[in-house]
Amino acid sequence: MNLIAQIEAEQVASLGHDIPDFKAGDTIRVGFKVTEGTRSRVQNYEGVCISRKNGKGIAGSFTVRKISFGEGVERVFPLHSTNIDSITVVRRGRVRRSKLYYLRTRRGKSARIAEDTNYKPKA
Amino acid sequence: MMRSGIIAKKVGMTRLFMEDGKQIPVTVLHLDELQVVAQRTSEKDGYTAVQLGAGAAKAKRTSQAMRGHFAAANVAPKRKVAEFRVEEANLIEVGAEISAEHFVEGQKVDVAGTSIGKGFAGAMKRHNFGGLRASHGVSISHRSHGSTGQCQNPGRVFKGKKMAGHMGAVRVTTQNLEVVKTDADRGLVFIKGAVPGSKGGWVTVKDAVKKKLPENVPFPAGLKSAAAEAPATEAPAEGGEA
Repeated sequence: MNLIAQIEAEQVASLGHDIPDFKAGDTIRVGFKVTEGTRSRVQNYEGVCISRKNGKGIAGSFTVRKISFGEGVERVFPLHSTNIDSITVVRRGRVRRSKLYYLRTRRGKSARIAEDTNYKPKA
Repeated sequence: MMRSGIIAKKVGMTRLFMEDGKQIPVTVLHLDELQVVAQRTSEKDGYTAVQLGAGAAKAKRTSQAMRGHFAAANVAPKRKVAEFRVEEANLIEVGAEISAEHFVEGQKVDVAGTSIGKGFAGAMKRHNFGGLRASHGVSISHRSHGSTGQCQNPGRVFKGKKMAGHMGAVRVTTQNLEVVKTDADRGLVFIKGAVPGSKGGWVTVKDAVKKKLPENVPFPAGLKSAAAEAPATEAPAEGGEA
């Protein structure tokens, strides 16, 4: 393991985030810490994960898309951000692509994702 | 006030997550067996400086002259040697090993290294020229530099005209970079942002000339001063000066 990979692995371990197993197509809820003035609270953001980038390492990130008041909204979260309070998987989706960018051009019925009923976590 | 700098090897870049949710892009620099190889004194050399050496070199690939130089200081052969001007009070004894705690968190430093060579580069890449238009009659010269001067008067191209040519692979100093973190055990310095040069390249890091030095920096340098090491370094120190 080279020095950079070692430093990154140590940082991931020291941050100690519990990241569930999720992939593109899953509906997830992200608890994001928001600071308003002096007090901070956790804001939930729920939507479909449409991409995961750069793996599980320190540079990893994921994109969550949802339709908010009729307008498509996408947010990119760093996987190991200290602002993320929690990540929970709401629903497992069955998709055949790793990046679901085609959802951007879809609305309503055609933007649905079938549920993965026999999801098995990797051992 | 003038302290010695350090020689470090650029390991690569990564990011650090801070408590407040910020991510900081950092360059990791490694202090690899960084030792004082020689001193320059005003009596002998007319100026005061320390000569540092870093990295381990094979003895058989080190020239006879350099082998003698390292032997006089009683240090192992080094890959990279550089001199840093210091004030007389900040001279470091020969053989002393400098640690990453030479710099403190939040301090500003100047980092110098050899930039990545770009080869023969056009005027757009080399001097940020705008190029020519994509249409309106421009043919096969969209990335050219355009006119290089006037007409019969002066009838020549002025010296220093920015044109295409060799780019990169020159010594570049980036000023006022922030030290985010230091790791003395492994000899690592984390510097915010990019640093000139490629991975594995040697850079020199000095206190920023345009910023005030923090009060808690160690003088004359942050040393790995193990008690057992001290007597061993004293004998060659005298040998080096004689």
